[in-house]
This record gives sequence, C-alpha cells and structure tokens, in this order.
Amino acid sequence: MQTFGWPEALFILRSAGWTLALTAIAFFIGSIVGGAFAIMRLSRLRWLRRFAAGYILVIQSIPVLMVLFMSYYGLSALGIELPPFLAASASLSIYVSAYLAEIWRGSIESVPRQQWEASASLAHTTAQTYRHVILPQAIRISLPPTVGFLVQLVKNTSIVQVVGFVDLMRAGMLVNNATYQAFQIFTLVGAIYFAICFPLSRLSRHLEKVMNASRSH
Amino acid sequence: MPAVLIEGIHKRFGSLEVLKGVSLSVDAGQVVAIIGRSGSGKSTLLRCINGLETFHAGKIEVAGHMLTQDPTKLRELRKDVGIVFQSYNLFPHLTVGQNIMLSPRITKNVPQAQAMALAKDVLAQVGLSEKFDSYPDNLSGGQQQRVAIARSLAMQPKVMLFDEVTSALDPELTGEVLLVMEKLAKGGMTMLLVTHEMNFARTVADRTIFMHQGLIWESGPSKELFANPQTPELANFVKAGAH
Repeated sequence: MQTFGWPEALFILRSAGWTLALTAIAFFIGSIVGGAFAIMRLSRLRWLRRFAAGYILVIQSIPVLMVLFMSYYGLSALGIELPPFLAASASLSIYVSAYLAEIWRGSIESVPRQQWEASASLAHTTAQTYRHVILPQAIRISLPPTVGFLVQLVKNTSIVQVVGFVDLMRAGMLVNNATYQAFQIFTLVGAIYFAICFPLSRLSRHLEKVMNASRSH
Repeated sequence: MPAVLIEGIHKRFGSLEVLKGVSLSVDAGQVVAIIGRSGSGKSTLLRCINGLETFHAGKIEVAGHMLTQDPTKLRELRKDVGIVFQSYNLFPHLTVGQNIMLSPRITKNVPQAQAMALAKDVLAQVGLSEKFDSYPDNLSGGQQQRVAIARSLAMQPKVMLFDEVTSALDPELTGEVLLVMEKLAKGGMTMLLVTHEMNFARTVADRTIFMHQGLIWESGPSKELFANPQTPELANFVKAGAH
C-alpha cells in the first residue's frame, strides 16, 4: 500500500495552487460583473434596478453547488460540455458577483447623500461623480467586508470537487483514498487553508481598524 | 435682464405644499437674504434655483439659463451658479487644493497649472492659502466652510447661493465665514442667502425676503424691513430674534 510521503505532500501543495487560481479567477471576474450589478442596482432606471435586484436575489437564494451542477451537468445534458475548470470558474464567478454586488451597493449607499448633491452642484456628470467623488470613498468603506468575503471564497472553492476538478480539498481526499492516513493528510490540508485565510482575515480586521480610526473626527 | 428670475413656483412634498407661488427677481450684483421660520420653504426655494429640488409649476431663469431637468442644460446652468451648504460637503478623500481644482478641471478642461493658480487665488480670497495641502478633516468647521466657498468660486459663478451656511458653526467660527461673504458681496457677486443671521441680513443684504407658509410674506430693502415690519408675523419673527 502507498504511504503518505513527500510525493503525496507535493501533490497536495500543487493542488493548493489550483485552489488559489480558482479563487483569483472567480474574484477577478466576479468583481467586474459584481461592480456592474452594484451600479445597476443604484441606477435611475427602474427596469435596470429591478433586473439587477432580481439577479442578486436569485443567485443568493440558491446554493452555489446548484449553479455548479447547472453549468456542468445541466449544460452537458443540453449538449454543451464545459471542461470542469471552466464550469467551476464560471459558477464561482457568478456566486462572487452576486455577493460583491450587494457588499458594494451598501458601500456606495453609505457615502452621504450630500456628497452626491455637492458633486452635482459643481456641474459634474453622473459618471464623474462616481469616478471622482463616490467610488474613492465607497472603495475605502468596502475594503474590510470585501477581504472578509475573499476568505469565505477561498474555503468555498472546495465545492468544485463535485465536478471532478482537483483542488486542494479533492487532492487530500485522493491521497487519503490511496493511503488511509487521514489524520496526517487533513492536518496538512487544513494547515494550507489556514495559511491562506489567516493573513487575509488579519488584513480585513486591520483595514477595519484603520477605517474606524480615520472616520472618527 | 435680472440675474435670477423666479415666477410662480409651486412645490409639493406629497400632499404638503411647501411653495405656494413664489416670484422673485434679483438683479446682477444684488445681495438678497431670505429669512423665515423652519418649514417656511426658504431652503427649498434656494435648492430649486440650481435644480437640486424639482418644482411642479412656474419657471426659473438663472444667469441666462432656463431651469430644466435636461442633464446637459442643467450642468451648463450649474457651471454659472455656485451653492454652499450648511454641512460644507467637502470631498473628504481630497486635499483642500484638490477639492477646489477638481471641478474646473473635469467640467471646463482647465489645464492643471491654470487650475492650481486658480485654486491658490480663491484660497487666498478666503484667507486659507496655507491650507492647500490639508485634508478637510484637519480643518475647523469655519475653515471647511470657507474652503467650500472657495471651491464654488473656482467655478467663477455668476450667482452664488448660500443655504444656512453658518447654522452648523459655533458663534466664534460664524464670524470668519460671514466676513468672507461680506467681502464677496462688496465685490459685486450676486448672492441669495438663506440665513438665521439677522444682523448680517440687515447690514449686508440689499434686500431681505421674509417667507412664511410657502409664500413671500414680506420683502423690501433690508434696513426698512427690519425697522418697520408691516405684518404681525414678521414683527413677531424679528422680535423673537431669529428662530
């Protein structure tokens, strides 16, 4: 029987790279889509607001696992076969976009209404108001919850194993199936997750403190 | 042609009518103070003049611009009409200099060097040249309000609106802001100001308007108006010493 040694440990470490890659891709694409939905959610056009609110409501109300099943098994039943990595990236991006849209909408709305009035009174367009006045303030406000969400994302990527993608979690399970040294293996897997998430959690808390300090005047 | 022409403005918030047909004409270079109790509609009237509030009937013409809700035309109007708010509303993430330079640069494409010269000039006018690189949070309320005035001036407006600009300030900080406004008035700026500073209205404003229940209840040259109120409402208001 195979035992848990260096080759297995390296295999798990390499798979951690896939977890990171998946997190980065989902966060990047999810940010762009989520940012657009946050702005749409605050649009003056009612149909655009409703469309964005509907999207966010639906995605937040179903398990991300279901989105993953839909994009992998659901689409393949319709004849569209996505490779596991693509299905996983797309599903997680959709999940990220709905949550970031809500976090960022809240951040934009927490910039005082008077800032919009002052900006409009200085003859700025709506786009200029966002670009020069509202977003710089909203981004500062949004940093702690955004980084906090990123921590959740790192852990939640583990669901992609259900479509056969080998991430950190799946790698641990594969090695366990071959060696049955579950305790050592999952200690290592847990330690890697911790090594990724702990600094991010600290960063989020640090940002929160910095924000609170700069807002008390 | 008057700098500000207001004709028959009606404005409702839901079923509450806050302006019930207000007409007013202000010539270029005139300073007009608007006084009245809270809820008399004076701030709403002022905010109608640069389109921050919409109205249901009547028309407003400011600095040659007819007020509409068309965004492009509204921006053209706002380039010529400055407003200063009770809560200053400086942009907290920008320095004093950046606060002032931003709008000339992005709305009129004023080159950086020229915008900076302009900013330094208006800051000097409000006596805060040394604060160019400070952030708003590090200034007193009075200083922030003077920066807000400078920021408006940098747009080189033809008309300036002041919405209770000293109401959030301690008495000792009120004076420095009023001094800046008095200087502006003497320099020939067309000004409309909603204020609780009766003394300032009496001594600086050419004309004072007393608003009551959504109407111009009484108006006239400031000194006369305060010395000889024609209506019991104004007499009571003056006697109560503001509020």
